[in-house]
Amino acid sequence: MLPNLPRASLLDFCRRMLLIRHFEEALVDLYNKGHFRGHYHLYIGQEATGVAALSCLRADDYLFSTHRNHGHLLARGAEPKRLLAEILGRADGYNKGKGGTFHTAVASLGFLHTSGVVAGIIPLAIGTAYASKALKNGRVTACLFGDGALEEGAAPEAFNLASLWKLPVLFLCENNGKYGAGQAVGAAQSSSMAAHPLTDLPQAYKIPSQQVDGVDAGAVHQVILDAIKKIRQGEGPQFIETQTVRWPGSETNWPTVPVPTDVALAWDVNSVPERVREWYRSSDPLLIFVRELVEAEQVTREEIAALERKAKEIIAEAVSFALASPYPKPEEALKDLSA
Amino acid sequence: MRELAYYEAKFEALRELLAADERVHLIGGTFLSLSPRRAVFQEIAKRYPDRVISPPISELGFCGLATGAAMAGLRPIVDLSTGSFIFEAWPQVVNEAANAFYMSGGQTRAPVVFHLFHGIRGGGAAQHSHSPQAMLWNCPGLEIVLPSSPRDVKGLLKTAVRSDNPTIFVDHVQLLEIRGPVPEKDEVIPFGVADVKRLGSDVTVIATSYMVQRCLKVALKLAGEGIQVEVVDPRTLVPLDFAMILASVEKTQRAVIVDETHQSCGVAAEIAARIAEEGFDRLKVPLRRVATLDVPVPYSPPLEEFISPSESRITDAIRATLR
Repeated sequence: MLPNLPRASLLDFCRRMLLIRHFEEALVDLYNKGHFRGHYHLYIGQEATGVAALSCLRADDYLFSTHRNHGHLLARGAEPKRLLAEILGRADGYNKGKGGTFHTAVASLGFLHTSGVVAGIIPLAIGTAYASKALKNGRVTACLFGDGALEEGAAPEAFNLASLWKLPVLFLCENNGKYGAGQAVGAAQSSSMAAHPLTDLPQAYKIPSQQVDGVDAGAVHQVILDAIKKIRQGEGPQFIETQTVRWPGSETNWPTVPVPTDVALAWDVNSVPERVREWYRSSDPLLIFVRELVEAEQVTREEIAALERKAKEIIAEAVSFALASPYPKPEEALKDLSA
Repeated sequence: MRELAYYEAKFEALRELLAADERVHLIGGTFLSLSPRRAVFQEIAKRYPDRVISPPISELGFCGLATGAAMAGLRPIVDLSTGSFIFEAWPQVVNEAANAFYMSGGQTRAPVVFHLFHGIRGGGAAQHSHSPQAMLWNCPGLEIVLPSSPRDVKGLLKTAVRSDNPTIFVDHVQLLEIRGPVPEKDEVIPFGVADVKRLGSDVTVIATSYMVQRCLKVALKLAGEGIQVEVVDPRTLVPLDFAMILASVEKTQRAVIVDETHQSCGVAAEIAARIAEEGFDRLKVPLRRVATLDVPVPYSPPLEEFISPSESRITDAIRATLR
């Protein structure tokens, strides 16, 4: 369902989701052409979660993200060109090329530190929450991680501390393996947790927890808005598990794009290879969102297509910018060691 | 100058830091160890109940919490108690806190202080006697402080809290009852400035933490035989005042490095390597290391004594350079 918001906000959601999708697809192309090295993770299939959830935050709130951070940063308003420059290891990147895809931080947007260790941010996030409580500045910390993070000991230790001390923190666990793993040969393994449902774990520490369909922007928006309100009222931490169906392009460890996204797919998926067609038909949060927008007569198909063209233009410019950005000078490696 | 016990000077620093700056929070409560001196600490725990916090036994969780709190504007000092327990917090200390400023391209500071008691405390055996500072020295991004006197513990603790970088404050329980001069006025001792704890002309002994005190005792005894030992205390490993070490070695042409980390890849090994690289031609005889022997720390007293950088091993090493 659509979030209960004015048209301008819905269009803004749509723009951000389109930007994330086309950014990530462009990234696969850049990787395949050899423009950056190493492992990387995409946010495709989770756009509704990130965009809807982050819209509930204040400008001065803190956020922490993981290896799967691109969508979070873009949803919060990071510049695609500087994010891309960072991923390509260029001097104009947000971290001057020292962080890369796993570690892009944008402190001016509240992303102080992005960790490539799946649960690395959870203790840090309760720390900014601890500081906000001590300084009485009303800031909330949103800690965004995947289901795999719950498998590391940092998660339960931090849940216990957050609950004991009633810290103003939102634990947003994006479970992108709703139907479990191993559907396809060579598929990436998702969560391996004896605690089931995952919310059993935070609930053992008396943290109010609930699950929500992460493909449904309206449902995510409602649940997160409510959780943030409670946190700001001083009720302590909240845990939300969003569930999405893993994008087939991520089934293998190195992403592949089964079909380049075009919003026209929202009404006709016949051009999608049959093997992955069902995902684009029923689990793609972007296509569902635009379909709902049109059905609700908030916007026409032509207007949506124009929004998509604009998003693609921005991404094309970002790609040109990032590729033209110089590599940092080698001596830069010795700077920023100490503050 | 007035004289204080080490634990009194340290307590005074903590009390002054809490009074001067509301951003200072103490997480943990064994800054004066588990000895009877912990009763002194209760005074500030009572006076600042919102800023002297007793956490659950979750080193990983509360070291991360303190790091995050530092990123958001507080100046937390976390107490890990026994140095060995930093291994429980290792990922947060070496992989998050140490990397934060560099990895973010200079965007995010993490001015947190991790406090711990390292070394052979007597009966701690293999799991409560570690000196993790050499491993930590292998993690760029951390500052490492090793006080050895009442004056230093106070002045260095002040600097640690003012520092914008994550700092490991490596203390030693055997120092707590040592007495020495401490100025009445607020003194801040900068990082990266070594201190010559005893002047001498025959041999340079570079020592850290409690080993400084042990070496001063040895130096006093050897002075009776006419051997003048110079004792240089780097006080901080990161940053390291290598210039002062080299200047002393240049003067005496002999060097012994005494430190409580294990011998292989230990603190003494790194200092020895730098002297060899930059000061080889100033040495008259090969330099010597006195470190903890490369075995886990055993429990039984004679075994523990045997593997420690003991007075007898230090004395032997000094004599060997003078033959």
